[in-house]
Amino acid sequence: MDDLLLREHAKNIRHLIIEMITSAKSGHPGGSLSAVEILVSLYFGGVLNYDPKNPSLESRDRFFLSKGHAAPVLYSTLAEAGYFDKSGLDTLRQLNSPFQGHPDMKKLPGIEASTGSLGQGLSISVGCALGLRLKGLKSHVFALLGDGELEEGQVWEAAMAARQFKLDNLTAIIDRNNLQIDGFTEEVMSLEPLADKWRSFGWSVLELSGHDFDQIVPALLNAKKRDDKKPLVIIAHTIKGKGVSFMENICDFHGKAPSEDQAKIAYSELKECDEQ
Amino acid sequence: MKATREAYGEALLDLGRLSDQVVALDADLSKSTKTSLFAKEFPERFFDVGIAEQNMIGIAAGLSLAGFVPFASTFAIFASGRAWEQIRNTVAYPSLNVKVCASHAGITVGEDGASHQSVEDIGLMSIIPNMTVLVPSDPIETKSIINWAFKYKGPVYVRLGRMGVPDLLPKDYSFDTKPYIFKKGKKIVIFATGIMLWKCLEAIELLKAYDIEPTLVNIPCLKPFPEKEIIEIVREHDMVFTAEEHSIIGGLGSMVASTLSRSYPMKVSFIGINDKFGTSGKPNDLLSFYGLDAAGIRDKLLDNIK
Ligand SMILES: Cc1ncc(C[n+]2csc(CCOP(=O)(O)OP(=O)(O)O)c2C)c(N)n1
Repeated sequence: MDDLLLREHAKNIRHLIIEMITSAKSGHPGGSLSAVEILVSLYFGGVLNYDPKNPSLESRDRFFLSKGHAAPVLYSTLAEAGYFDKSGLDTLRQLNSPFQGHPDMKKLPGIEASTGSLGQGLSISVGCALGLRLKGLKSHVFALLGDGELEEGQVWEAAMAARQFKLDNLTAIIDRNNLQIDGFTEEVMSLEPLADKWRSFGWSVLELSGHDFDQIVPALLNAKKRDDKKPLVIIAHTIKGKGVSFMENICDFHGKAPSEDQAKIAYSELKECDEQ
Repeated sequence: MKATREAYGEALLDLGRLSDQVVALDADLSKSTKTSLFAKEFPERFFDVGIAEQNMIGIAAGLSLAGFVPFASTFAIFASGRAWEQIRNTVAYPSLNVKVCASHAGITVGEDGASHQSVEDIGLMSIIPNMTVLVPSDPIETKSIINWAFKYKGPVYVRLGRMGVPDLLPKDYSFDTKPYIFKKGKKIVIFATGIMLWKCLEAIELLKAYDIEPTLVNIPCLKPFPEKEIIEIVREHDMVFTAEEHSIIGGLGSMVASTLSRSYPMKVSFIGINDKFGTSGKPNDLLSFYGLDAAGIRDKLLDNIK
């Protein structure tokens, strides 16, 4: 795997995330930045089968962004992948923009579901995985969930169903950045022992660093090859705000835009990081 | 006599035989909602998600995204109440092709009582953009509505009942979202939905003794609400009544009143549940307790005509 190329995509996408949120003066940088390597691995690591020229290709793999507030990482990744032009991204959150505050599948190609209300994406993914299997398609379904999102009861309803229906064409990825809005997940509503919870729900569990392509890409590629009749969850340990020093692990940057000056610092940090 | 939920079960089975695009979901109530008929013949296309209504709606959404036409069933109170936000955000907002066919609506659920009697679902579903809300009045209409819902692309809520209802509409009836003038009378018009078509028909028999002959109109489609047709019908009458097995807040009565207030203001008298919870009892006793049986409807008309 060409790590350099993936890192280049990650850098571009981080830049776009900061740019679009800064120009919108609102949005969710923290949880977008923590998921960059995960989306880059999916879209550029040879994991997802997709065609930006034919977004409704039946045999495509499906990616559902259950944590819909991370729309900026999805928009910029899809733009980077060629689904649409990057030039529109600066209309984020503006009246009449297709780049809604949370993803709207009717307004942009490549968006598999309209999300934003947390806790629902895994159910959608279970339904889609059932449907694809029923059609005899080999497509795989990936869902990205926030860790705070796991506090929603519906996630665990879906977890039970995925096991019950033996969905080995489904992989859930948890963006385990340890933060939600009101603070650390372990302080707001403790999730640990998280891996044990999923195991006890009958899932296979994998833990890895969510910023290390050498770990993520092979794990995702292997995830697609399963036929063990079990759903798989990948707990990706990440840093909220990753790549921008003053955002890293800072709760406040969950849903706050940087100022113009802060954005400049962010761009220079992204550049430096690239030069290392 | 057959409950609309039974007619639904049969119609769903027929659709399943017709098209392998049809899938069905239930939340541990398949014997009551009658999706069991479909489940028995098409186990591979039936998904019992357990007692998890919110998840059921999400899974139905996912199945529709994979190209299927999912019919998801549970009791009306849980479909429209517990899973309201899932229907709103995940199904209706992107206009997914999901059919929510909810049974045990209204007070005629009977003995189970208030926790299971949905008198709010028409309002809850109608307030959501992109939704279509349908209420069949008898087994014949149920079948026609289920077939229509299958052909229609987009989210549909169908309100079904537990209690047996006689066939009322002609055998060749075909649902088309418009009001159906069931009986032409004079001066008074009653707009009825669901099981109340039957009860109003019985009331009209009793009213003959008073020389009162109302027009009876069936309103199976609550959304999109047939405003134009309703005004046309009202123009030919002097008094308007509405009848529903639902709260008078947010249901048929409210919709007729709001329609008339905008272009043909006149008084509307509501027959329905007057901002109350249900209660336990036999279905027929409950209809009479809430003034929704033939005698209750008759008295309501007589009171207002005086
Ligand atoms: C059902 C629902 N409740 C509340 C919110 C508001 N909200 C948006 S993001 C968020 C915190 C999410 O935390 P987490 O899932 O950990 O995401 P991340 O930290 O990765 O951004 C909340 C509570 C929501 N979008 N949906």
